[in-house]
Amino acid sequence: MKTYRTGTLDVTVLKGVSIDIPKGQFVAIMGRSGAGKSTLLYQLGLLDRPTAGTITLDGADTAALSRKEREVMRLTRLGYIFQDYALLPELTAIENVALPMLMQGASASVAYKHATVSLERIGLSNRLTNLPSQLSGGEQQRVSIARAIAHNPAILFADEPTASLDTENSETIMKILKELRADGQTIVMVTHEPEYGRLTDRIITLNDGIVVSDEHARR
Amino acid sequence: MKALKRAFQALDNRVHAWETTLSVGFFLALRQIRRTSIWTTALIVLVMVLTFLNLVVVTGILVGLIQGSVEAVQTHYLGNVFISTLKDRPYIDQSPTLMLAVSRVPGVTSLSARYIEGGSVASNYKQLKRRQSDIDDSVGTSIVGIDPVAEEATTHLSSLLIEGSYLEPGDYDQVIVGAMLLKQYIDFESANFPVLDGVTIGSRIKVTVGGNEREVTVKGIVKSKVDEIDRRIFFLDSQLRSLIQRTDYNVDEISVKLAPGIDPKIVKQTILAQGFGSYAKVQTQEDAEPKFIKDMRETFAMLGNIIGSVGIVAASITIFIVIFINAITRKKFIGILKGIGISGAAIETSYVIQSIFYALFGAAIGLALLYGFLEPYLRQNPIDFPFGDGILVAPLGGTFFRVGIILVMTIIAGYVPARMVVKKHTLDAILGR
Repeated sequence: MKTYRTGTLDVTVLKGVSIDIPKGQFVAIMGRSGAGKSTLLYQLGLLDRPTAGTITLDGADTAALSRKEREVMRLTRLGYIFQDYALLPELTAIENVALPMLMQGASASVAYKHATVSLERIGLSNRLTNLPSQLSGGEQQRVSIARAIAHNPAILFADEPTASLDTENSETIMKILKELRADGQTIVMVTHEPEYGRLTDRIITLNDGIVVSDEHARR
Repeated sequence: MKALKRAFQALDNRVHAWETTLSVGFFLALRQIRRTSIWTTALIVLVMVLTFLNLVVVTGILVGLIQGSVEAVQTHYLGNVFISTLKDRPYIDQSPTLMLAVSRVPGVTSLSARYIEGGSVASNYKQLKRRQSDIDDSVGTSIVGIDPVAEEATTHLSSLLIEGSYLEPGDYDQVIVGAMLLKQYIDFESANFPVLDGVTIGSRIKVTVGGNEREVTVKGIVKSKVDEIDRRIFFLDSQLRSLIQRTDYNVDEISVKLAPGIDPKIVKQTILAQGFGSYAKVQTQEDAEPKFIKDMRETFAMLGNIIGSVGIVAASITIFIVIFINAITRKKFIGILKGIGISGAAIETSYVIQSIFYALFGAAIGLALLYGFLEPYLRQNPIDFPFGDGILVAPLGGTFFRVGIILVMTIIAGYVPARMVVKKHTLDAILGR
């Protein structure tokens, strides 16, 4: 459960959501605006703490983790793709991707090597030294994906990754996510595009903070 | 043993974590500095340069006002060691022996012995008096007998000449007059401050010492910012000796010049160790400095520090605001950094490193300006104050101490706003709430 206080009013955004995501699954969280999709993603991604309830990752209760331990968990086990790419404007593509690995204590040469591999994987080997301002929206989102997967996270969280992109770029991003899924990556994606939801293994639909449907793809 | 191993492992992990934090902080800071607007960087660095100059130069000039005056007295009058009469004696007993001993002390490059007698000097005494009550221009002053060669070697008296020429051995009945005895060099008129009117080079003036009169010619006029020079009449020592009929060669004061790097205290001790303390008062230039000069120097230094401190506070606030605005406008990115697992300490470190960069860059430019231009320029072209030539006093030790203060204040001013923003809830920062 997640409740926000706005002024003197308590607003409960998530009301008794209970889901289990197995390893290697590509899950889409869908629903109307204000349904609580992003809020659920933030709780799962340890960017926020639920007001009540538990989130268990590999059998460990994340509620018991300290701020520092959650920080380390985000750095080493989780990856994030944000709607607006969330790249650091003063870092080049390769620097953006290498940064989390540097924070993990990797040497610059190792971090840059992994970052290069990651960027090559998503087809940006020719844009390594470009700043975000020198990249298109689609390219920026691909850099964001490269950053999210460079350290081999256990779960990849994507918050409406195609919302700011045109159809062509959106399809490219979805293609990359499907390839990652094929390689065994667990992905949790918030989207409001039904056609992209249909590309996943499972669609969880929220309405007013409650899971109203949980459909597994028939393949 | 196992516990010790675990403790070492924990320590090693901690050190590694700090190395990583520092390295990531440096990585972020370097790129922010490199890719931020050059005008923003230039503006912040300019603030730091001005702060540095405010802190060092204002204090330095205030102290330099006094120091310039002190150095003038030392250079043109006292020398490095000053020997004068004991309180109850009219002159320095055993002067020739003392002078010989002093000249043999290692490090002494020259000395100038002076005979000094109170007397008066008069001008216009040949002019016809219109009324019975009209009197000659007459001024009470010190009449000083010098060896012009020794005086020149010790105090460079000739460099203070503003008219005429310097005394030479054999100049008979010729004198050098201090400018403060002459009306044309005084900006004010007062009955309590008599001066000679119409005296120029070649004028004949009458010197009276101990009832003996002698008419002499003005050969030169000296002007300095040292009263002891500007209110004196300089004779050849041999002539003053004959005028005052002193045959024992005992003098009234001796200025001693030392080679650069020689400690005046050691020379003073050497002289005193030979027993001359019974005949004369031996002082270093610092000892001879009047107490009010020391008090003024301390007061001016304190004033400078107060002004400088205000400057530091202003600069700290500026850096605080700059870093705060920078951090606030980058709140979303700081949130993202935290979101992807970059530690708060690494983010704070990046801002602290940026602050250190601004402080050090500003201080480096300030140091270059100070020692490459301002200090040598003001030494060559001192500020003209009525009581001395104002120079810029900026000893290296004091300057680097102030750089340290600026650095510490800047680090605090950079850290606090970064900490304030980093402490914000990660998700709120990412979502711009």
